[in-house]
Amino acid sequence: MSERSEQAKQPGMTSHSPLWEVFVRARRGLSHTHVGSLHAPDAELALRNARDLYTRRQEGVSIWVVPAGAITASSPDEKDAFFDPAADKVYRHPTFYEVPDGVAHL
Amino acid sequence: MYGNDFSAPNGATDEASGGLLGEVEAAEAELRAAAARGRRGGPAPDEDLAAYFAEVVDAEQKIEPRDWMPDAYRRTLIRQIAQHAHSEIIGMQPEGNWISRAPSLKRKAILLAKVQDEAGHGLYLYAAAETLGISRDELVQLLLDGRQKYSSIFNYPTLSWADVGAIGWLVDGAAIVNQVPLCRCSYGPYARAMIRVCKEESFHQRQGYEILHTLAHGTPAQQAMAQDSVDRWWYPSLAMFGPPDGDSTHSAQSMAWKIKRFSNDDLRQRFVDMCVQQAEILGLRIPDADLRWNDERQAYDYTQPDYDELMQVISGDGPCNRERMAHRRAAHADGAWVREAAAAYAAKRAGQKETVAA
Ligand SMILES: [Fe+2]
Ligand SMILES: [Fe+2]
Repeated sequence: MSERSEQAKQPGMTSHSPLWEVFVRARRGLSHTHVGSLHAPDAELALRNARDLYTRRQEGVSIWVVPAGAITASSPDEKDAFFDPAADKVYRHPTFYEVPDGVAHL
Repeated sequence: MYGNDFSAPNGATDEASGGLLGEVEAAEAELRAAAARGRRGGPAPDEDLAAYFAEVVDAEQKIEPRDWMPDAYRRTLIRQIAQHAHSEIIGMQPEGNWISRAPSLKRKAILLAKVQDEAGHGLYLYAAAETLGISRDELVQLLLDGRQKYSSIFNYPTLSWADVGAIGWLVDGAAIVNQVPLCRCSYGPYARAMIRVCKEESFHQRQGYEILHTLAHGTPAQQAMAQDSVDRWWYPSLAMFGPPDGDSTHSAQSMAWKIKRFSNDDLRQRFVDMCVQQAEILGLRIPDADLRWNDERQAYDYTQPDYDELMQVISGDGPCNRERMAHRRAAHADGAWVREAAAAYAAKRAGQKETVAA
């Protein structure tokens, strides 16, 4: 509920309240995960709104809010081309290599 | 894991909601599995976009905001998600009326939490609609201008405390039956929002059931109040599933796009079949003399709701349509100074930061 579509390049710049993307760390040891978005006039209110909207049942121990406009996306649509350079480099994976029988700790 | 979840008396709803909650979890697992399966990115430069879209949908993969999609798919989703969001927001009113009159502090705290959840549902859904390229301001305006609808059910009045129970049991119950299949909707942001919503809804249904159970086992006056509320809310709840399949205009296309998974009548039947046993345990009567088990169909035969009444309510002439809209418009207007003050404060602070930086 967050990533803007092509048609929403100016992400929901409503008159008073820009759009913020919300990331929540669910528990110690986990990374922050994108959970959704909300509108708020400033960062402080965005944090408070995020607490009330996305962690009403103790779903998090830490919240990040990021202005949606500050996010640069890899490509206007989810085209393959941008990721093509990685597609033909199977030798980057350990499974590419044949290990002679009997070799240990490799 | 949800703080306010308590077990239902005699385990009556445990099985049924457990089944539905199980489906929500299955939908979540399916979503992850589909993501793991599908390594497909966007279309190749020369690929036919419509064919690409169909292939993704057929493979049970999610359509994401930046994907190409048919205009009609986008329009259908905006309409459906927006109307869903409006329903959550307007839906706070009938129950909100009872917050100040809840019979105990515990009930008041629970009802506040429930109504706050509904506000949250509205906001998740507005955010999902916004990923399709419409702004929040436009969505709010469409509701205030009456150009987009909300669920007909919220145009009925809450006359007694028992109605808060009947709404939780029947209205939230019907909403869950409707929404659980939407957890598997082909549009990713909507499916993810619905998973979140459905998990919260099961508390709503259970708290309503518990209210009715308490009343139905109370004094004769309390029992009568509980029965009266079920009598009034039963048919409007059946009508929440929409017109019968023959008259449902958008259904076939939505099924093909995997926005919708089951027909209106299938979902309505499912709801009736669930409620019969739950009503028995409440000791309350479902107001339908023709309700009986049909061995052949392995389902209950039941009386259809009054669809003329449904159409009348949808077109603006229900018992509370004007009141609900007037209240929403007033609340929006009364909140204007808060929005303006917060914006002015944010602008002032941003100005101060720039001065410091300079
Ligand atoms: Fe809800
Ligand atoms: Fe609810």
